Amino acid sequence: MSMLSAQGFGDPGKMKDYHYTGPVEHKFSPYAFNGGTVLAVAGEDFAIVASDTRLSEGYSIHSRDSPKCYKLTDTTVIGCSGFHGDCLTLTKIIDARLKMYKHSNNKTMTSGAIAAMLSTILYGRRFFPYYVYNIIGGLDEEGKGAVYSFDPVGSYQRDTYKAGGSASAMLQPLLDNQIGFKNMEGVEQVPLTQDKAVQLVKDVFISAAERDVYTGDALRVCIITKEGINEQTIPLRKD
Amino acid sequence: IYLLKMNKYNTHTHTHIYMIYDYISNSASFCLPNHSTTVRRPFPLSHGTTTLGFIFQGGVIAAADTRASAGGLVACPAVHKITPIHSHLVVTSSGSGADCMLWERILTREIRLYQLRHRRRLSIRGTAKLLSFMLHPFKGTEVCVALTLCGWDKESGPKLIYVCSDGARLQGDIFSVGSGSPYAYGVLDGGLKWSLSKDEAISLAREAVFRATHRDAYSGNNVDLFHITAQGWSQRKREDLKEEYYRDMEKRSKDRRGKIKRE
Repeated sequence: MSMLSAQGFGDPGKMKDYHYTGPVEHKFSPYAFNGGTVLAVAGEDFAIVASDTRLSEGYSIHSRDSPKCYKLTDTTVIGCSGFHGDCLTLTKIIDARLKMYKHSNNKTMTSGAIAAMLSTILYGRRFFPYYVYNIIGGLDEEGKGAVYSFDPVGSYQRDTYKAGGSASAMLQPLLDNQIGFKNMEGVEQVPLTQDKAVQLVKDVFISAAERDVYTGDALRVCIITKEGINEQTIPLRKD
Repeated sequence: IYLLKMNKYNTHTHTHIYMIYDYISNSASFCLPNHSTTVRRPFPLSHGTTTLGFIFQGGVIAAADTRASAGGLVACPAVHKITPIHSHLVVTSSGSGADCMLWERILTREIRLYQLRHRRRLSIRGTAKLLSFMLHPFKGTEVCVALTLCGWDKESGPKLIYVCSDGARLQGDIFSVGSGSPYAYGVLDGGLKWSLSKDEAISLAREAVFRATHRDAYSGNNVDLFHITAQGWSQRKREDLKEEYYRDMEKRSKDRRGKIKRE
């Protein structure tokens, strides 16, 4: 009998060499993947949260008009992508908690406070996580743009820009280069203006729609400034 | 859900555990850790790191890289893996990013509450014990936390204690944790002496993290360095290892040119 090495074990307790490896029926999975990409950029006095509006599952498209940006307060927008059921429930829970805070503390939650609260809400389900990739964009107490990015179980930090969702691995390096000026030598680092940022977001989503099947149909951009939240919808590839 | 009630002091430690359960379970009571029907997660969580800490004549040095990886993707290249808890205690974290972040937050809260209730600061040994006992109910679950408490207290001077979610609680003079730790240990064991000056110790820690990030795929980007003395912690500016790599390459090619000339 050969040595019982760790490599011989695949699933717990089942030795790979002596186990059936043909088609297996899996039991019910409570998760589904509904696709979608979310992006947020923070500027000097503005923040942009953008998402595509396609809702898909497997090879089908459920809806071409299901944006993933949700307005929380006058200065904060959250983008949620992943499993749509968990996105809806999570935004309902956040809205409820915002109301509770408003009623007990007589003030609106700041972006940083919402981020910290979301972290604990997500960790509360550490052993059955919300399958949602969240990005919060808004203005902080000083009026500067703030972006907070999360993982599904509540780890978060403040960034200048972040992409999340199905095309995030394609978009993030592009943003690193164009907004963070990374991996370039001898280039002048000009601060990002609002118009340039909006144009960049549109270009980036057009590129994502080309290469990611789950991203497309339309782009919803929410621009947050001290005047309020301005929404735009731009068409994308529908194939 | 959030607001914890004040409890009697004699049941302090015991009720801590239930407070943590309340804190964690939130409003959904059906999601307590249940091993027989664990739901398979469709996404990877952030893992993989190099952190290290050692004690020398000038205090405690804590150093870490700044990469958070989720599967094969670099989820974030600029994470803070070393977090101050109070003026004389710093925690380096390794394992799952979310677990470390939230457990550090819980620890900070409990230490602060202890200080307010007992009008003295808990010792580093006490902090480590408290953390270890708080993590114990989660042994066997997926919680993956490996923290090194680096601090200074007046009971016993500089202290370095490793606490992990498996239940280990170890005091020592030198610890390195994470996927890059074997590489870091090699460098540290080679160069560490009690009598190092502050600059030599800092440069040794930087070198250890740099070598580990070079060889380990899951560590990289920048190095964070903290120095803790009797006066408290101080943080060195975060340094991009890309510059260090190019300096090292330059030095090697100069050596090689010298070798070719000699032959």
